[in-house]
Amino acid sequence: MRVVLDHITKQFDDVIAVNDFSAVLESGELVCLLGPSGCGKSTILNMLSGILPVTRGTIMFDNDDVTTMPPEKRGIGLVFQNYALYPHMTVMGNICFPLETQRVPKAERIERANEIAKLVHVDMLMNRKPGELSGGQQQRVAIARALVKNPRLLLLDEPLSNLDARLRLEMREEIRRIQQKTGVTTIFVTHDQEEAMSISDRIILMKASLLQQNDIPQNLYNQPVNQFVADFLGNPPINNIPGTLRDGVFTAQDGRAKAIIPEFKGLTSQNPVNLSVRSESFILDENGPIECQVTRVYQMGKEEMAYFNFGGTTFSAYIDAEKNLVVGSTVRLSLKRRGVFVFDRETGERIR
Amino acid sequence: MKKNTVQERKIENKSFLSKIEPFLYLLPFLIGLVVFTLYPVINVVLISFKEGYSHLSRNFTEWGLGNYETVLADPRFGQAISNTIKYVLLVVPISTCLSIVIANLLNQKLRFSALFQTAYFLPMVTSITAVGLAWKLMYNKNFGIINYLLSFFGVDKIPWLENAQWSIPALVIFGIWNILPFTIILLLSGLQNIDPLYYTAAKVDGSSSLRIFFRITIPLLAPTIFLVCIINTISCFKVFSELYPLFNGKPGPFNNLYTVVYYIRYAMMENRKYGIAAAAAIILFMFIFVFTMVQHFIQNRTRR
Ligand SMILES: Nc1ncnc2c1ncn2[C@@H]1O[C@H](COP(=O)(O)OP(=O)(O)OP(=O)(O)O)[C@@H](O)[C@H]1O
Ligand SMILES: [Mg+2]
Repeated sequence: MRVVLDHITKQFDDVIAVNDFSAVLESGELVCLLGPSGCGKSTILNMLSGILPVTRGTIMFDNDDVTTMPPEKRGIGLVFQNYALYPHMTVMGNICFPLETQRVPKAERIERANEIAKLVHVDMLMNRKPGELSGGQQQRVAIARALVKNPRLLLLDEPLSNLDARLRLEMREEIRRIQQKTGVTTIFVTHDQEEAMSISDRIILMKASLLQQNDIPQNLYNQPVNQFVADFLGNPPINNIPGTLRDGVFTAQDGRAKAIIPEFKGLTSQNPVNLSVRSESFILDENGPIECQVTRVYQMGKEEMAYFNFGGTTFSAYIDAEKNLVVGSTVRLSLKRRGVFVFDRETGERIR
Repeated sequence: MKKNTVQERKIENKSFLSKIEPFLYLLPFLIGLVVFTLYPVINVVLISFKEGYSHLSRNFTEWGLGNYETVLADPRFGQAISNTIKYVLLVVPISTCLSIVIANLLNQKLRFSALFQTAYFLPMVTSITAVGLAWKLMYNKNFGIINYLLSFFGVDKIPWLENAQWSIPALVIFGIWNILPFTIILLLSGLQNIDPLYYTAAKVDGSSSLRIFFRITIPLLAPTIFLVCIINTISCFKVFSELYPLFNGKPGPFNNLYTVVYYIRYAMMENRKYGIAAAAAIILFMFIFVFTMVQHFIQNRTRR
């Protein structure tokens, strides 16, 4: 099912939780809603599921306007941040419950529950109560309960946040597998960038109630629209070197260290800027424009993680281990074409 | 070495003191418990087996089951038992069901719910005798508000307190009204312990509010419901203070409404037969014990 969110705003008494949010989810897509805590992710899911009324804007499911439709009519599968399995029912009871309300005959209910349980690998736990399951098992039961009614839209609210690192990795593959098998349009909420990058068709990145960028994962990383997006994605985090830019000449904050960057020729900014470079985008080059001091070097196998000082700012870069960097020496670096951006320091807008 | 042992002894002394210290704090309560609860209870058991016991001289003729035989043969006691069980079987289920509904309404975030809460809990802080007298007026055949209100529905004047047939309903209605607030408070706190997320989840799963009530609320409330049933059963078995003010201190208009506690009081205060009263009290205890055990059994069965 295709989902359209058209200029959605949600206002609690004095807080605007979601501000003028527009996005389209194509049928069968897995979209990640990514952003720091409190940016409005759960609020968007709750509006899609009908738990929260929308303050302004419209929500369309295919050609139906569902903005004011009550949750029980929307046919949505929702996996809550802490699962919300019914504690008094067995796993079987939990999975059957949505079908019970659809008045599906009992034999068919059990058959469908068993089928979906097999898909998420909980078929041997059918007679247990939620309290007798591990976190990962509870989560899979919650997914089964959301999937069993063949929802038009599957919403997952940070479903992996309670799991340990390994199980998390396993479960996100699992979710991807189940999603592709069922082909259900899915929104997956997370504040873990790596999780989002690895499983989604598209990522919607939010910050403080506002949508920042809605794009495929590679574009978020390689073409961030603003400073926030560039900062949010990437590990290690992107290097931000504050300074000014006049006709392609970058001057660091101390006013002395200068770099004439050929790619920036003709580029001038009135406001101070950040030269933002990913650690993998530096090349050791004796003719390079950036002259800097080596401050620290960490051996990391084939590559080294080296720290440099340029005009009082420290940044990190991956350098080929064979280059044998010496701490304290002065070297020159040039920039690759990918992973190099200039952001306006005042507005955060991307200049280049 | 010597120094060491002295120190050790000091520590020992200290630990002995710290061991008995908590008991010292408990002592006042324990004394009260022994004097006002344990001693009387044991005494009641003993007296019930003493035949020909005189409370003035504390003499008795012999040990035996004579008191029990007398009590069980007394048709008045049979009537008391049957009335009491009738009362329990009517008041406990009706008040529990009513309370569940009312507690649910109060739990909803309605306007004025604070006002309703106060109104419902008023009976709890009012003296039951005073309230009983008020109910006596309300039940009045000619001038009572109950018959007045019923007259709007075309109901003829009901002799609530003058007729043997109507006296049980009158007592039961008053009893239910009296027990509601406490029951509601317990159920309300039970309801407030249910995570509202379950309701949201059930709604997203497509459930109507009626289905949510029966499939989510009631099962999650079940432990509280059982607790309420047990507490109310015990207190209903001891029905007396509801009865006393309604009929001018008599057990019903024609002495037809003996309850077990009323019987105990009657045996003790009017007949001065302490042995009989003690035996009746022990029998009442047995009844309460058996009922509570049955409820526990049912609770354990359903929990599985
Ligand atoms: N019922 C409410 N009343 C008032 N403010 C609310 C309410 N629910 C959420 N908010 C506010 O709306 C904003 C967005 O909340 P939301 O729960 O959507 O965040 P989130 O992105 O899901 O965060 P997290 O990652 O921590 O779950 C927050 O600032 C929050 O304080
Ligand atoms: Mg959230």
